[in-house]
Order: sequence, then C-alpha cells, then structure tokens
Amino acid sequence: MTRLKVENLTKRFGNLVAVADISMVVEPGEIRAVIGPNGAGKTTFFNMISGFLTPTTGRILFENRDISQVAPSQRVKLGMARTFQITEVFPELSVRENLQIAVEAALGYGLSVRMSEDAAEEVHAEVSELLGLSGLTDKADRFVGELSHGDQRTTEIMMALALKPRLLLLDEPTAGMGDQETFDIAKLIRKLHRQQGLSIVLIEHDMRIVFNLADRIMVLAEGRMLAEGTPKEIAANEAVQKAYLGTAG
Amino acid sequence: MLNNGSLTRYAPSVIGWIVLVSLPEWINVVAYTDLGSRVVILGLAAMALNFLLGHTGVLSFGHAAYFGLGAYGAGLTLRYLAPSTGLAILVGTGVGMMAAMLIGPLIIRLRGVYFAMVTIAFGQIFYFIAFRWSTLTGGDDGLTNWSRQPINLGFATIDLKSPVAFYYLVLFVFAVATAIMAKLLNSPFGRSLLAIRENERRALFLGIPVNLRIWLSWTVSCGFASVAGAMYALLNNFVDPRTLHWSQSGAFVIMAVLGGMRSFWGPLIGAAIYVVLQDYLSSRTSNWMSLVGLVFVLVVLFFPRGVLGMLGRRTQA
Repeated sequence: MTRLKVENLTKRFGNLVAVADISMVVEPGEIRAVIGPNGAGKTTFFNMISGFLTPTTGRILFENRDISQVAPSQRVKLGMARTFQITEVFPELSVRENLQIAVEAALGYGLSVRMSEDAAEEVHAEVSELLGLSGLTDKADRFVGELSHGDQRTTEIMMALALKPRLLLLDEPTAGMGDQETFDIAKLIRKLHRQQGLSIVLIEHDMRIVFNLADRIMVLAEGRMLAEGTPKEIAANEAVQKAYLGTAG
Repeated sequence: MLNNGSLTRYAPSVIGWIVLVSLPEWINVVAYTDLGSRVVILGLAAMALNFLLGHTGVLSFGHAAYFGLGAYGAGLTLRYLAPSTGLAILVGTGVGMMAAMLIGPLIIRLRGVYFAMVTIAFGQIFYFIAFRWSTLTGGDDGLTNWSRQPINLGFATIDLKSPVAFYYLVLFVFAVATAIMAKLLNSPFGRSLLAIRENERRALFLGIPVNLRIWLSWTVSCGFASVAGAMYALLNNFVDPRTLHWSQSGAFVIMAVLGGMRSFWGPLIGAAIYVVLQDYLSSRTSNWMSLVGLVFVLVVLFFPRGVLGMLGRRTQA
C-alpha cells in the first residue's frame, strides 16, 4: 500500500500560485527529500500535507484514504506527525514533560484525570525509551527552553515520534545548526528510520543531508516540480543544476 | 520518599495550611477574622482565574461575571427560594458554571486580546442586567434582606453567625476546591492544558483538540470563580452589581500576576497582598488604588514571575 500519494496539488493565495499541480508518491520506508530555492513552495506544499493549509485543488491520499479536508489533529490520529521550520516545543517544561505530553496525547489519555497504574507505567516506559533513543536522558529534567538549538530540535523530533507515526514530516530539521549538530540530527533520523520503518518526507537546505539520507529527491522551483529522481539522477540533471544546485554552490 | 527534595517541595504548602488553619487564633491581633475570609475567598477566585490564565495561557478579563453570578445565585436562593446555605452555594456555583459553559463555544476560537475583550463584553452584559433589573436584584442598592443560615447536617447544626465559624466553612470549601484543581492540573488533562499554554501549534500537531480543551478549562475556571462568588455573598450577607463589574475582573488578574501566574498558590498570595493593602490604605486615602497600581507595576517590572515566582521557580501543590 502506498504510504502517501499527492495528486495534482495546487494552492493559490489570491493571484499568487504558491504550489502548481504537484504529484508525488511516497512508499513505505522511503525517505523523500523536497528541495528547491527559497520561495519555491516547499513549506506550502508541506503545510497542505500536514493539514495546516487546505489545497485549492488536488487530492492528498494517506494509505489510500483521501485526507485533503481532514483536520490536522485527525491526521495525527491516522498516523502522520510533523516538525516545524522554527522549532515548536514546550519551552518552560522539562524534556521529560514534553515527551510525556506527547505520549499521553498519542495514547488518548488527554482527557483523563485519573490514570491507572498500568497506564502510568506504560507512559513512563515509553518516555524512557524515547529519551534513550534521543540521547537526552541526562538532560531529561531540564527545561527545553534552556537547551541548545540541536537538543531542542531533537526533542521536537522525539515528540513527533512519540505519536508512533507511519509518516514523519520534517521541515528543515537542521536549519540554523552547526556542523556537529547537523551531523547528529542526520544520524538520529537514520537511526529512527531504520528502527521504526518510517516513511519520511523532509524539506532540507543542507545538500549533504539530502544526498546522504534521501532515497528519492523532488526539486521544486517557483511552485512547480522541476525534477524528481534518485540522488544520482538529480545530481546529474542539467535543469536542476542550472536552477538550483549551481546557484546554491 | 521524604528526601531533601520533597521536603523543600512540601514545606511551603504545609506552612501555608498551618497559617490558614490557625488564622482565627492570631488575626485579631492585627485585623479581624472577616478579613481572613475575604483573603481566602478572593484567593480562590484568583486561583480559579489562574487555572485559565497561568495554566492554560488564556487571559480572561471577565471572570467577575461568573464570580458575581455565583454571588447573586447564592443571595437570590436565600432571599427567595429556601433558607439553606448549602443550597445557596450549589445554586450559585451551578448558575455561574452553566453560564460559562454556554458562553464558551462563542468565544473559544478567539485568542489573546480578542478573547480578553469579548470576556469583558459578556461580563458587562451581566453587570447591566443586575443593575437594571432592580425588582429582582435590588439594582444599584444591592440585594438585601437575607443572611447566611445555619447548616443542618442531620446529626448536628453548624451556626455560621460567628465570623470564626464562617471562616472555617470558607476554608473547608477552599480546601476542597483547590484539591480538585491540583488534581486536575496534575493529570494528563492538566498537562494538555500546559501544552496549550506553552505552544498551541505544537499541541495541535500532537493531536490535542485545542479549542475543546480551552472550553473545558474555561468552564472549570469559571465554575470555581462562581464557588468563590457564592462564598463572597455569604460573607457579606449582601450582593451588589459591582461584584460583576469588569474592574473586579481586573482585580483578579492583578492578584494572579502579583502572586505569580506560574505557581499554583501564587494567586492566593496575590489576593492577600491586594486585600490587606486595600483594607489598610482605603481607610487612609481614597486614592488607594493608585498605590496598589504602583505595587503592581513594581512587581511586574522587577519580579515578572510574581512574588512566589521570585521565591522558587517551581513552587507547586
């Protein structure tokens, strides 16, 4: 079963066509990168998949189910999770609490006032596992707002993962990071992908990350799809080089 | 369990309860028992507001409406329905909470200053109803000719005439209400409210239905404000429309911010400072509010986390 299928997706803001007629298929376990210069429509495209924006025309199918009009919180329940270009965490709560809230939301305990011991134990175990996976166990009781940018981003990715998604959407996971942090995040994504069999769609500017991680790459320019293929095909594509790789160095 | 960490964690609460329970024993040295009741009642109202403001991150500027509905609900019950203090508290709470529940769906989509403005507007509607409908409410003169009645428990009757007896009733209601609030906040439900306060967008993309949660938090918050309002009417044996006025809502916000929005008990401390300042200064100058305002500005400038926030970053129940 195809994990994600996007059919002829278009988004207009007044006269501006931000995304024009884009189609894409993401298979289970695939890592797909979406690249393109600033203003190419990547984030708009992303926001439509996660439900932040509704498409003007076109359809989005998640595991064969049309979700074009489904609310973001419902998409989460179906098995999609996302992170944001600007890290969105709970800064005045500890790393543990951030993950705990995510796990409780995922398990559907969000309305409970009383929790059975088994349920509390289940939440605790999952939080510990996520902390271990992320390597943040030592910092579990510190406020997320006090941590480095890389650790905050890691927390956000782990919160998304707490939802046990089958499709993870990462919007520029290494934006604003130094080399070491970028490398660590790439390593984390690889590890999560291998362990969980996730499909991942990521927007990314750092070409080292893209060519290192992605199974397939889609290139957008001015709202349109310029090219699509394996990293090798994209690297060899002349149109891409002219429009993007050449200018980006 | 009782290591150093939990000792420093629970000590403030224990000391706080000792102070509150023993209050009638010593307060006559400096003031009078009814002042203690006022502090606890307004403290409960401010903590109720803070359930929404400090723990959900939504600013209401109209909580006096539900405080006042609780007060009128209690007063009207005793005046017209039945001479039962218990029923008065229940009716007051029910009326205030029901009003909040019904108004909620109209306002929960709004955020920030828009939410605050609309809560003021709804509050003023209730204020003018109480002001104009003088055949029922006594209008500007207030609702009189009633008083709190002894509570009959079947096996014993508690006479509430004495300020000390009433103070203990207030403290009992306060203890139950704050225990429920603490339980709610310290649950998955409470944590999902914190999530909304911290980052609404992230909460939404964790699958938390944000508007629904704000509606619940608003209803709970207004419900406890109504409890406080009912107790306030019983304290004074009197209700007037100023209980519903937006300036009373402002006073609750000041108390919460003064004491510390991020802490559970902060608003109680804020209420104590506010009420004592008001009591002390208003007998000396009619401009007492400007001095309270000055204290408020100084606290916000120098201790943005409020008095309790300054003492300990995470003082909790």
